[in-house]
Amino acid sequence: MKRLLTTLLLLSTVLCGNAHAHKPSDSYLILKTQGATIQGQWDIALRDLDFAIGLDGNGNGEITWGELRARHDAIAAYVLPRFNIRADDAACPVHVSGNQVDNHTDGAYAVLHFVADCAQPPATLELAYSLLFDVDPQHRGLLRLEHQGVTTTAIFSPDKAAQHFDLREVTLLRQFLDYAKEGVWHIWIGFDHIMFLLALLLPAVVHRERKQWVAHGFRPAFWNVLQVVTAFTVAHSITLSLATLGVVSLPSRLVESAIAASVVLAALNNIFPLFEGKRWMVAFAFGLIHGFGFASVLADLGLPQNALLLALVGFNLGVEGGQLAIVSVFLPVAYYLHETRFYRHAVLSGGSVLIALLASVWLLERVFNFKLLPF
Amino acid sequence: MKLKPCPTLLLSALLLYCASALPAPYTPANDATVLERLPFKANDPASRELRQLRDELSADPRNLDKAVALSQRYFQLAMAEGDPRFIGYAQAALAPWWELAEPPVPALVMRASLRQYNHDFIKALSDLEQATRREPRNGPAWSLLAAVHMVQADYSAARKDCANLHGLASELIVLACSATVGSLSGPAQQAYGELRKAYASSPDASPAARLWVTTRLAEMADRLGLVREADAWFKAALQLDIADAYLQAVYAEFLLDEQRYREVMTLLKGKERSDVLLVRLALAEKALGAPQAKQHEQAIRARFDAARLRGDKLHIQDEARFHLYFLNDTQEALRLARENWLSQHEPSDARMLLEAALAAKDAAAAKPALEWLAQSHIEDRHLQRLALQIGQMGVQP
Repeated sequence: MKRLLTTLLLLSTVLCGNAHAHKPSDSYLILKTQGATIQGQWDIALRDLDFAIGLDGNGNGEITWGELRARHDAIAAYVLPRFNIRADDAACPVHVSGNQVDNHTDGAYAVLHFVADCAQPPATLELAYSLLFDVDPQHRGLLRLEHQGVTTTAIFSPDKAAQHFDLREVTLLRQFLDYAKEGVWHIWIGFDHIMFLLALLLPAVVHRERKQWVAHGFRPAFWNVLQVVTAFTVAHSITLSLATLGVVSLPSRLVESAIAASVVLAALNNIFPLFEGKRWMVAFAFGLIHGFGFASVLADLGLPQNALLLALVGFNLGVEGGQLAIVSVFLPVAYYLHETRFYRHAVLSGGSVLIALLASVWLLERVFNFKLLPF
Repeated sequence: MKLKPCPTLLLSALLLYCASALPAPYTPANDATVLERLPFKANDPASRELRQLRDELSADPRNLDKAVALSQRYFQLAMAEGDPRFIGYAQAALAPWWELAEPPVPALVMRASLRQYNHDFIKALSDLEQATRREPRNGPAWSLLAAVHMVQADYSAARKDCANLHGLASELIVLACSATVGSLSGPAQQAYGELRKAYASSPDASPAARLWVTTRLAEMADRLGLVREADAWFKAALQLDIADAYLQAVYAEFLLDEQRYREVMTLLKGKERSDVLLVRLALAEKALGAPQAKQHEQAIRARFDAARLRGDKLHIQDEARFHLYFLNDTQEALRLARENWLSQHEPSDARMLLEAALAAKDAAAAKPALEWLAQSHIEDRHLQRLALQIGQMGVQP
């Protein structure tokens, strides 16, 4: 067994060795920030190191692990001064923490694990790279920088040997995207908002003539939907912003109950029309209340004090994106069905009754603070 | 229960390991493990010669003659092996002159050679125009200028460059220059006949000149459909025993066209380091259903990925070929073939674009190559066949 394994391992060097590519020279640098320290991994081709400082101790054209190990100190002394890390205008001293080997498409690479110690968690990084540029100007340093889950890449070349990285920007973008995702998620699981929107949208593709629902053309249907959605969006954006910025605040039980009431009213309006033809005004008025509901979700997520506005805009855009997705599924289906009796009776009237019933239960739950439904 | 070794399983695991593009650092088991084989042993004559040139230059880094000699030597290695690291070393030797607007002419011509190797044709052209203006009797500058003009399909300029070579290179080279331009832009039979006659009456030509001329003759004969003659010229070129990655690539293409796949595998055995040659080898293996085809396909993909990481677009024509014949991604192949056509107008670039357009059933995408075909009056059986197929595709409902 052991002999077989040895044979296969030998074979692997031959087989894999054969497939090594001719490639211009690159090194691969990975930096990961961890508080005030930076963990680094630097893969440098053995061929390049041999060309620069010589690795092939016995001159037989083969580099063994033993020959490489004998040169580890020399390698560190050669490469470390050729990569400088400065964080917030102060040098971060680098020391090697381990040596390994890896294979890339063009052969074996020395892997240097290193640690850079900065004075404080870096906000900006200044990286200066000059490895091998003097002996091979076609050499490139390919950097992957990981900071709080965000990966940035860069290429060092003789023309771009020093590069600046603002880690705050990276973090801000990440925060923005996170809040946008939360916004989408909230509208997706927020049944009360979806029901409210549906209650207002169900009659948008039809209109009432002599107490009967009559089919709309596409243009008025689309126009109705646009009016309702815009009014709802503008209204909840206003109160979401005011509440988040601390200008207005309302008790959450009151807000939640009012939201449930708004769904009941919007659905009942489809059965006993009260605000006919002015649904956008209903959307606006009740949208103001829904905005307070969004604000309490955003507050529960925890608000970054340094990026309050960013979180607010990201969350709000996420909510609008989620809402738009719902509308873009609803409108084509509703329009496709809107001339049928099925739509007018089952979907519009039946659906509205269902929504009204469901929201009535929510209303009772929230006013009297008990739980009947699982959602 | 005792575990029995299963060679097949181990072997497939090994192949998977080789093919996997995901690197993972490891610590070798013992000091004797061989990690890497260098292109040269320390005592190889080539290695010693290079070391001597390097030592001389580092003692006197601003010595133009020594710098150009070392640069030239590395450039030859790159051409022979298809290994781009040597291009970087060649550039480093020219460091004191690389950024100058008007370096000495020898450095200028050398810089142009390296730039055209890296497909930076615009800058190479401006270097060569400057070199020929400052030194109108510089033969290498004129012949390189002719080559760049041909890549850009500027045949009238290339014809003038060849004319300017008169008295600066051997009669054979001058004639080969204009015959090559002629065969790309007009009656190919006549150009081929003239060059064949000139070659026959130059028995004293240098091996390098013979390599260049026989390769041109093989390509011309292939375009004319003289398959047997082309094969004989290719073999004559190979018999000169000068390592030349370009010759191997075009002969492999010829053999692939003739469906002589086994010969491709023999020709390119052990040449897997070069991307260009590996793509051709893998095409032959794929046609034969050879077991290593899949592994080579993975290797090619990993290399293109690595090239993309550093922003390289050197082998974009082969990347198009890979997407078309290995991944069956006709849209991406067409996109790459079109991008390649923007900078290069050689017959193989046109062929790639036509093949990709045909596969994607997009006659409009083929238009630039078809226009070039009509304007240049090139006679090439492959291109004419493809143009015909695309024409037929166009009239179908």
